[in-house]
Amino acid sequence: MRKVYMDYGAGMPLDSRVFEAMKPYFFEDYGNPSSSHSYGNVARTAVEASREKVAQLVAAEKPQEIIFTSGGTESNNLAIKGVAYRNREKGNHIITTAIEHISVINICKFLQKQGFEVTYVPVDKQGVVDIEKLKEAVNDKTILISVMYANGEIGTIQPISEIGKLAQENKVIFHVDAVAAAGKVPINVKEENIDLLSISSNDMYGPKGVGALYIKKGTKIQPIIQGGGQENGLRSGTENIPGIVGMGKAVELAQKEMESEGKRLAGLRDKLIKGVLDKIDDSFLNGHPTERLPNNANLRFSYIEGESLILGLDMNGIQVSSGSACTSKTLEPSHVLLAIGLAHEEAHGSLVFTMGKQNSDEDVNYVLEMLPDVVKRLRALSPLTPKELLR
Amino acid sequence: MYSEKVMDHFMKPRNVGEIPDADGVGTVGNPVCGDLMTMYIKVKDNKLVDIKFKTFGCGAAIATSSMTTELAMGKTIEEAMKITRADVAKNLGGLPPIKMHCSNLAADALHEAIKDYQKKKESKK
Repeated sequence: MRKVYMDYGAGMPLDSRVFEAMKPYFFEDYGNPSSSHSYGNVARTAVEASREKVAQLVAAEKPQEIIFTSGGTESNNLAIKGVAYRNREKGNHIITTAIEHISVINICKFLQKQGFEVTYVPVDKQGVVDIEKLKEAVNDKTILISVMYANGEIGTIQPISEIGKLAQENKVIFHVDAVAAAGKVPINVKEENIDLLSISSNDMYGPKGVGALYIKKGTKIQPIIQGGGQENGLRSGTENIPGIVGMGKAVELAQKEMESEGKRLAGLRDKLIKGVLDKIDDSFLNGHPTERLPNNANLRFSYIEGESLILGLDMNGIQVSSGSACTSKTLEPSHVLLAIGLAHEEAHGSLVFTMGKQNSDEDVNYVLEMLPDVVKRLRALSPLTPKELLR
Repeated sequence: MYSEKVMDHFMKPRNVGEIPDADGVGTVGNPVCGDLMTMYIKVKDNKLVDIKFKTFGCGAAIATSSMTTELAMGKTIEEAMKITRADVAKNLGGLPPIKMHCSNLAADALHEAIKDYQKKKESKK
């Protein structure tokens, strides 16, 4: 049976070139960057080289504006809590959106319990932030605006430059969760007026357990981890050297290959979307038709449920994700799908295809060959399917 | 995550469909929650001679529906009323804990169908 993995958003393989770059730092160059001897120097040099690469990826002015963390979730925690705690005397109001990654949503909920006020700005049907509502939400207590660059589930890319301008005009710190977007679309923190930007390594074929936060020089932020004062005092704890080296290599490759790989993936994405909408009745695209990540297709099928779609596809060698409640730990459908205005029963029938390096045109053909049958079989089982669709 | 038995019933569900002249029909669940199932029964001499189902839901919802029809087929009304959610799960080789309550509704749908049959019989008297 053909194997077609289209769940890159959930997990992806390490690039073998990244692995090669990491290898020496496990057994030979195992020094601690804080040591003054030669082993320490080797480690320190490696960390700084990676810092330089990450700075280049997001067009930061100085490498020192990059802080390494344990991943996207920690970067989001450091950014949002760090700004909130440090700027409390200025104000207690934070603005974010209804479709942020669950880490941002839960950090905001945590801060609400500590007396911060949070406005969750709505999005339109295609998942684009309502700029007018965002503008209206800003008040003299607002200390932070946090908006994701692109949504990993529905793929929609936000008008970041516009929001950056708005934040700057109002002298509010602007944080962007770019975990789903970094390495896939070009990011320029200076031009887009971004003060803080979260990225993670494992969304770019790098190792899991390492990420970074861009902190624009002069941005007031408080550390959330206390210890030996590594990473300019903002992220204590001995550095994950192999991980940081791996992230550096992954970032370098992502930047080099972004344009060609992005074009290739967007072609596969558009073929998949068009093919599914043509072949399957009562199927719909979730998210924005054009302003979307090159590797993301989120499709919805009426009358059936996502987890059974995943299982049916898995039996045919195809791996994808779903926003259905039945696949979540909380038994609630995806907050993103509800925020774009889908009813619960519509959200249940959604599938997320996230493609990557190993996917080919033949893979898309295979999905287009197998998916209609899986949908048809489940619809034949469903009491919700209209009779005329079963003929 | 699921046992082989669950996957078998998910891939090859038994007794799928509707019975147009059913003696009893029972529906439980709600599409908003992600699970909805309807059971149709045919009764002869106090025994379930035919059972069919239609289910909207996850893998567990479909497998438990299929297993319930298998467990109840040929049983008397009284025996079928004694089939529990736990029996269905046990015969499937177990279910993930999170699925025990939300998706294991098929026994309830069967009981609703039997109650519907009994009510109809009562009103005919």
